[in-house]
Amino acid sequence: MGIKIGVLALQGAFREHSIMLDKLGASSTEVRKPEHLEGIDALVIPGGESTTIGKLMAEYGLLEPIREMGQKGLPILGTCAGMVLLADKIKGSDQPRIGLLEMEVVRNGFGRQVDSFEEELKIKALGEAPFRAVFIRAPYVERVGSSVEVLAAYGDRIVMVKKGKILACAFHPELTDDPRVHKYFLEIIETP
Amino acid sequence: MPEKGTWTVKKGLAEMLKGGVIMDVTTPEQAKIAEEAGACAVMALEKVPADIRAEGGVARMADPKVILEIMDAVTIPVMAKVRIGHFVEAQILEALGVDYIDESEVLTPADEENHIDKHAFKVPFVCGARNLGEALRRIGEGAAMIRTKGEAGTGNVVEAVRHMRQIMSEIRALQNMPKSELMAAAKKMAAPYELVCRVAEEGKLPVVNFAAGGIATPADAALMMQLGADGIFVGSGIFKSKDPAARAKAIVAATTHYNDPKILAEVSKDIGEPMKGIDIGTLSEQEKLQDRGW
Repeated sequence: MGIKIGVLALQGAFREHSIMLDKLGASSTEVRKPEHLEGIDALVIPGGESTTIGKLMAEYGLLEPIREMGQKGLPILGTCAGMVLLADKIKGSDQPRIGLLEMEVVRNGFGRQVDSFEEELKIKALGEAPFRAVFIRAPYVERVGSSVEVLAAYGDRIVMVKKGKILACAFHPELTDDPRVHKYFLEIIETP
Repeated sequence: MPEKGTWTVKKGLAEMLKGGVIMDVTTPEQAKIAEEAGACAVMALEKVPADIRAEGGVARMADPKVILEIMDAVTIPVMAKVRIGHFVEAQILEALGVDYIDESEVLTPADEENHIDKHAFKVPFVCGARNLGEALRRIGEGAAMIRTKGEAGTGNVVEAVRHMRQIMSEIRALQNMPKSELMAAAKKMAAPYELVCRVAEEGKLPVVNFAAGGIATPADAALMMQLGADGIFVGSGIFKSKDPAARAKAIVAATTHYNDPKILAEVSKDIGEPMKGIDIGTLSEQEKLQDRGW
């Protein structure tokens, strides 16, 4: 596979994404500064602290270029904090964000760490077998605009969405051995 | 049914903190300064280690009221410390809903034989270590995150460097050992055999490993990251300095851009005086916090 995927490496679990992509035969490169965005075919925004990552993105000039590249069709996968950063509305917060997805997220929506959990999720886009989803102080999406497609929900809380080539989930596929979310993202990248 | 408090979930939060800075705070106002500066979590406590050192007496878990106020003040994870072996202080912190518990040598130990059985809790624990054997004993007891002990409250990075180098070099030594020598190695370092085998195979600790104890400058933070730390704890180093907000922000940037000397030079500029610091050689054996824990 000749594609190169940037993994935003400001803070958080970026290494786990690179390892997962590597297992699937896709090469990845760490993105810490705007010049690291040159020549990438897709971008992963990992889990971590969304406030920390957002501030560092603003400070080092990454918000604008990523927003523009996303608008021009760059495939982006955001997990947990990555999902928060992709939303255009964050409940009760004015923290920096990319804001490419028309939706409102609730940070730490499932509660504090003692409420973090694992659960089998039905995700049609990934096939019949349930996906073991790991939620860590996870956000959820309260509502989406008409341009955003809902791929999975847990109860009435939306936890996976897609808009064009942008994919976001509230849980952490990079912390499991199940590569289906990353495979699905690779398919999105390769679809003309 | 959702499963809470699993190993994946406990270890997972530490994975999310990687590449970040966890800052000691004693008031909601300090917690907000830390969050605003880009801290990935805060450690709520009554006194920073430098003050604990200066004032002496028995250091205990912070007043739950202070911890709750800090939890209310910020949206990032909040950690808090318990005395080594004091599992009831840990039960109290779990009941408060703190996100991580530090079973810490900075507080006065409550048990000189045993650490807490950390598997018994849903909330994850971080513990200090000076060497690989100590790290693996803590992981065996259920710690989901490790940090170097360093020498807290000194503003002197030398002990954190010693402990990080020690752990890394012991890991490299295990990697080069034939399987037949691993049992003897486990015996020698007094560590669980299964964990020793795992480290030998994977070449890294099975949990996230942060640096702590004496980090006071952006350069200190980057030094620890280049030595292999997954992230940074700063205790007294921020709120005992002249300009905490500027220093906190600079240490966050230095932890992200630890391999970029130009950025390190930029963020190290004009951030006010660091905390004064203590030469480790002037501390008596009794004053060394790192020797607490077994």
